[in-house]
Amino acid sequence: MLQKGTVAPDFTLFATPDQKITLSEFKGKNVILAFYPADWSPVCSDQMALYNETLKFFHKYDAELFGISVDSKWCHLAFSQSRNLHFPLLADFEAKGETAKKYGVYDDEEGECKRALFVINKDGIIEWSYLSPTAINPGADGILEALENLNTK
Amino acid sequence: MSLKPSVSTTDHAQGNDNADLVIVEYGDYQCPYCGAAYPVLKELMKEFGSQVKFVFRNFPLSEMHQYARPAAIAAEAANLQGKFWEMHDAIYENQGSLNELFLFELAEKIGLNISQFKEDIQKTELEEKVDSDFESGIVSGVNGTPSFFVNGNKFNGSAMDLLQLIRENTVG
Repeated sequence: MLQKGTVAPDFTLFATPDQKITLSEFKGKNVILAFYPADWSPVCSDQMALYNETLKFFHKYDAELFGISVDSKWCHLAFSQSRNLHFPLLADFEAKGETAKKYGVYDDEEGECKRALFVINKDGIIEWSYLSPTAINPGADGILEALENLNTK
Repeated sequence: MSLKPSVSTTDHAQGNDNADLVIVEYGDYQCPYCGAAYPVLKELMKEFGSQVKFVFRNFPLSEMHQYARPAAIAAEAANLQGKFWEMHDAIYENQGSLNELFLFELAEKIGLNISQFKEDIQKTELEEKVDSDFESGIVSGVNGTPSFFVNGNKFNGSAMDLLQLIRENTVG
């Protein structure tokens, strides 16, 4: 998994069925990448729902959040609508897991992204990364701490 | 993970205020898992209320549960009339019927002054209290509801695990 100080690999992925997002377009902003295994987790308040509620705290640090999994853009659309998500879910669908592989967080056995977080600064450098056990929701406290450290530098 | 900020007089507490064992719950009034934890926590307080201080902090997942935040505000408004726990309990005991209108019915049922209640739920202080509870949860590492802290440390288990742990560790 890519560590602090590495240049964040660029990528272009579908964010909606007809719109793609390229990471390098977000230079000048802080970016949070949240790789996760799959849409439709059964847990009451899972990770993406939690981040949805935490967005205003992320925005305070001028940070944009993207969720990334290998699910397709249509699956993401349905999941996002059902949870009222207000941030983009990117589809690492074709070639499958290509972006996750670039970041060193692809799970070959399951064919899914691992549960991993990256905070990227305004110059496109990874400032913080965290790999969570797949079954554990890492929460948002680590991200907020990393963003706070960016701001106080 | 540790609790930030630690329990203070601005928190809603029940049980023994001077207890050595302090349990904090971050809860969402519409979350079914919190609803399931509620009777277990009631049981816990019935058995160990003299040895435990129990604190409730708001963690409404508003995008997922449309009545979670209005319910949190309603409980805070009830608090202004000294009836926080009555409202808290009434909501969890009637979770299936929860909606905005029903909160007024509950307010009436627990004997709140309704015109005062109507005025209070508009107050920005109550919004701010709910937001600050939520933010404290986020920085304390709350990742879903219910989340529990025991003496300031994150407890990775359910209400039932908590009750069993206390039973096992209590002499007598």
